[in-house]
Amino acid sequence: MTGPEVDRAVRELKFRDPVRARAMMAALERLTTELGRSPVSVMHVCGSHEQAIAKYGLRATFPKALNVIMGPGCPVCITDTPEVDEGVVLARQGVHIATYGDMVRVPGTSMSLADAQAEGAKVHILYSASQAVELAERLKEPVVFFATGFETTAVATAAIVLKGLPENLSILSAHKYIPPVMEIVAEMPETRVEGFLAAGHAATITGWGVFEPFVERHHLPVVVAGFEPLDILAGLVKLLELIRDRTPQVANMYPRCVSREGNLRAQEQLWKVFQPTGGRWRGIAHVPNGNLRLRDEFAHVDARRRFTIDLTTLWDCAPPALAHACICGDIMSGLSSPTDCTLFGKDCTPERPVGACMVSSEGSCKIWHQYGGHPDLGGIA
Amino acid sequence: MCLGVPGKVVEINGNVATVDFWGVRRQVLLDVVDEPVAVGDYILNHVGFAIRRIPESEIGETLALFEELLKAADQEDLMAGDVRAEIAGTREPRDDRA
Ligand code: SF4
Repeated sequence: MTGPEVDRAVRELKFRDPVRARAMMAALERLTTELGRSPVSVMHVCGSHEQAIAKYGLRATFPKALNVIMGPGCPVCITDTPEVDEGVVLARQGVHIATYGDMVRVPGTSMSLADAQAEGAKVHILYSASQAVELAERLKEPVVFFATGFETTAVATAAIVLKGLPENLSILSAHKYIPPVMEIVAEMPETRVEGFLAAGHAATITGWGVFEPFVERHHLPVVVAGFEPLDILAGLVKLLELIRDRTPQVANMYPRCVSREGNLRAQEQLWKVFQPTGGRWRGIAHVPNGNLRLRDEFAHVDARRRFTIDLTTLWDCAPPALAHACICGDIMSGLSSPTDCTLFGKDCTPERPVGACMVSSEGSCKIWHQYGGHPDLGGIA
Repeated sequence: MCLGVPGKVVEINGNVATVDFWGVRRQVLLDVVDEPVAVGDYILNHVGFAIRRIPESEIGETLALFEELLKAADQEDLMAGDVRAEIAGTREPRDDRA
């Protein structure tokens, strides 16, 4: 497609069409009225969904009775404190730590990787797993890739591991797998989630079929949706229809990225390298099968088995003040909103984050801080 | 971190594709994509790896969406920032090490 063709496509953009947007908002209104109860709570599990909802001010256009909760969809936010601590301890031992940008500023028990770097530790930001390989080849000193993110990103880690890593490169896996955490949230007695909007891109890898056992078990519908305003509205309309008709099933509203089987080659690589194991998601819960650890065959590249990581060395460092007041976990479980936090926008800001949700571009607190109060309805309404 | 950004494949060398992202040529790895990718195809890039070959019928809509995101892109925009980070995950073109 050439420049002018792209321009034309943008002008004809179906998912920015205000007429369609208004029709879908009307449909949401009608469906919530038909349901006749308030609130009807649904959860999305995707940082990009929250970005779009906040950026385009969609929340202000939702029916009052519709409660769209943000779930644990921000990979940086759910990386647990002890996992950050492991990276910090390694960095303080003199090992080069390489990780994705936002991770550097996420607070651990007593400090973030950025704090360790300020003390002289060697911390590198990268955008791709393959850059970890290049870094290790260049430095020729021990490098640990602190690998975070959901299945979409774990696949990239798996690919470099399968290709063979340079001898001086190891992996500290904090990768997480989304489907199991949906089970946890669905079973939390306090949350009354009646359906889920699943993240389009993670489903690119796993396929939408991965949600079928979940639907079977919990009788809750799941709709796979993209992250454009109209994608999200269309996903919500579909979700409310499934709730109204009491027909729990998986619906794929994002066929341009997601198929039923997903990317089989990627799945094969993912499960060859990783095995699911139980582990904590920051602030939420222990999630059975929610963490991805390296299989025994790859022990030789596993930082946890190659290095002694003594977390007690952090005991002398004072814990960050205020951290106990952070309610990120409740926010990601759908029990609270960023504005319920007494620190929000005052003691906790993107410049001086207290919790991980204020660090990441996909964290709900950062997103609300960025876009909150200035809904831009022009784009869609 | 979970965005995939579309680009057009202009050259393939082993498992490395040179991809055009709005006029910027970058290299993306083909280790993970599950369908054969040919020159002229569009792929979704996530952290330096092609994760999907975009079906022909969906190309226009997908590209237009990202075009729009990038256009809105001042530094403050979180989504545009994520798109930029995805492109930063690719490599500068060079001769190859596959
Ligand atoms: S505003 Fe800051 S302290 Fe409060 S929940 Fe969000 S990240 Fe945590």
